[in-house]
Amino acid sequence: MKVSFCQSMLKTLEHESSNVFLTGDLGFMALEPLKEKLGKRFINAGVAEQNMVSVAAGMARNKMRPWVYSIAPFIFARAFEQIRNDICFHQLPVVLVGNGGGYGYGVMGATHHAIEDYGVLLSQRNLKIYIPAFDEDLNALVPLLSKIDHPAYLRLGLAPKLDQNFAIPQYSAWRKLEEGKKWTVLISGSMAGNIWKGIRQSGLNPLPNVWLLSELPIAQLPSDFITDLQNSPNLLVIEEHIAHGGIGQMLATILLKTGVLLNQFETRSALGYPSSRYGSQQFHLKENQLDPDSIINLLKKDILEV
Amino acid sequence: MQDSALPEDSSRKFSLEKTLKLTKLRLLLMHFESKVGHIGGNLSCLDMLVVLYHRIITKDDQFILSKGHSAGALYATLWSLGRIEEQELSHFHRDNTRLSAHPPPTGIDDILFATGSLGHGLSLAAGLAMSKKLLNQSGRVYCLMSDGEWNEGSCWEALIFAKQQQLDNLTVLIDLNGLQGFGTTQEVADLSPLEEKFKCFGIDVVEVDGHDLNVLEKTLSKIQRLTFVVARTIKGKGVSFMENRVEWHYLPLSEEQYHRAVREIQSL
Repeated sequence: MKVSFCQSMLKTLEHESSNVFLTGDLGFMALEPLKEKLGKRFINAGVAEQNMVSVAAGMARNKMRPWVYSIAPFIFARAFEQIRNDICFHQLPVVLVGNGGGYGYGVMGATHHAIEDYGVLLSQRNLKIYIPAFDEDLNALVPLLSKIDHPAYLRLGLAPKLDQNFAIPQYSAWRKLEEGKKWTVLISGSMAGNIWKGIRQSGLNPLPNVWLLSELPIAQLPSDFITDLQNSPNLLVIEEHIAHGGIGQMLATILLKTGVLLNQFETRSALGYPSSRYGSQQFHLKENQLDPDSIINLLKKDILEV
Repeated sequence: MQDSALPEDSSRKFSLEKTLKLTKLRLLLMHFESKVGHIGGNLSCLDMLVVLYHRIITKDDQFILSKGHSAGALYATLWSLGRIEEQELSHFHRDNTRLSAHPPPTGIDDILFATGSLGHGLSLAAGLAMSKKLLNQSGRVYCLMSDGEWNEGSCWEALIFAKQQQLDNLTVLIDLNGLQGFGTTQEVADLSPLEEKFKCFGIDVVEVDGHDLNVLEKTLSKIQRLTFVVARTIKGKGVSFMENRVEWHYLPLSEEQYHRAVREIQSL
């Protein structure tokens, strides 16, 4: 997704002279064209994320629009106080770009994973989270983020290429990927494509409704989503993030407030490292039962029981 | 109150020395009325703030108080310029005030960032300076830091960045009073001589007496490159029972101590 991000940035920032890009010494084999294009507006701030985030805040205070790029945990965790005090207290339009959200950095290990990122960052009242699911989403997201008036976190992952049988809907906060019955599945992040593909090819009958959520916090539930919940009141929320502070918890509160009643409410979220074994992103997704097979097995079992 | 009130247009009517004395008296009154501490570190940097705001900083310049625990000195200095109302200083550190113990994020145009957690200010100032360069804007950025603050690793990140990016429009002042939260700077985390550490990074360093107003004005007005001004100061400067005593990082003034402090400042 970082290559698609770079391509979208090249198109967008050419016309946005107030935008400036800071990287924490990352971007090899991906961001070179952006570096060349932006010239002085591309700043390698070195391996010093706390400074980089505060520098971005200073630049934003003087009407620039900084993008701050690093591996996701090095941004949201290492520099959290700088995000809180320097960016969010002042509601500055800084875009924090965290590459490798969730288990994205795979066998690089736990220090490089970000399975708590949006839970932590959503503690900041005016920061919004953007979680693209497909490379194509960045064509819409980057121009949108280049004009925001609030702090933002862009969680990049590794999205699968889907064949022409999968018509990816135009980017929006909520998208319906699959029309179905009995179950309503809500997914977030770059694993959505594989799960969508798995569900469609699973032979499940009926297929569940499949929804995709790409922006947090949840401002409002779309009426079509509520209708699906009313007609298919068995909800499964899947996220590459720990349960605490995650989408499942957020949604539970909203559903209670709005009075939408469910028969079943299941969540699949990241558990961390239960086996103390490490591997690829797919390894961790499987171990956490976030892979397509585990999801389909859950649905098969429960769809037969419902 | 009458003794410490500073008339309008003071910067033109009074010498720097007179302005500093009146501002110092107002600062003492503010802290006494509010019954709050941090007065020692306020008095060590007040001279620099008065020189900066009355003689150096222009409308194109920007200022960051990285040692946010000296907010009182900043508020009193802004009062001396007529940018904070007399009455407002009486609300310092109380409910429903704009003047919290550390600089607030919103509400006061002269304060660009909330500070108070140490180790943020130099990076913020570097960001301001960097944007001025990219946008071809004139003016300098001034950042006032404490010496104990250099325990924070982020300060060194910011120093490296400022040097690497050749931020010639950035002046950094370090209030070298030698005392920090729970001991002397040498006892807690000895970085002395701090100025030599800065020089090792290729930074231009100027060492000054942080209470010599003429030297401060001359030095600051000449700077045109990235420069660290290491100002040797005295915590609690001007009040004998406060000078160089770590407890005045925290203690509020009793009525007797306040009147004694006022007498000592007035006699200077």
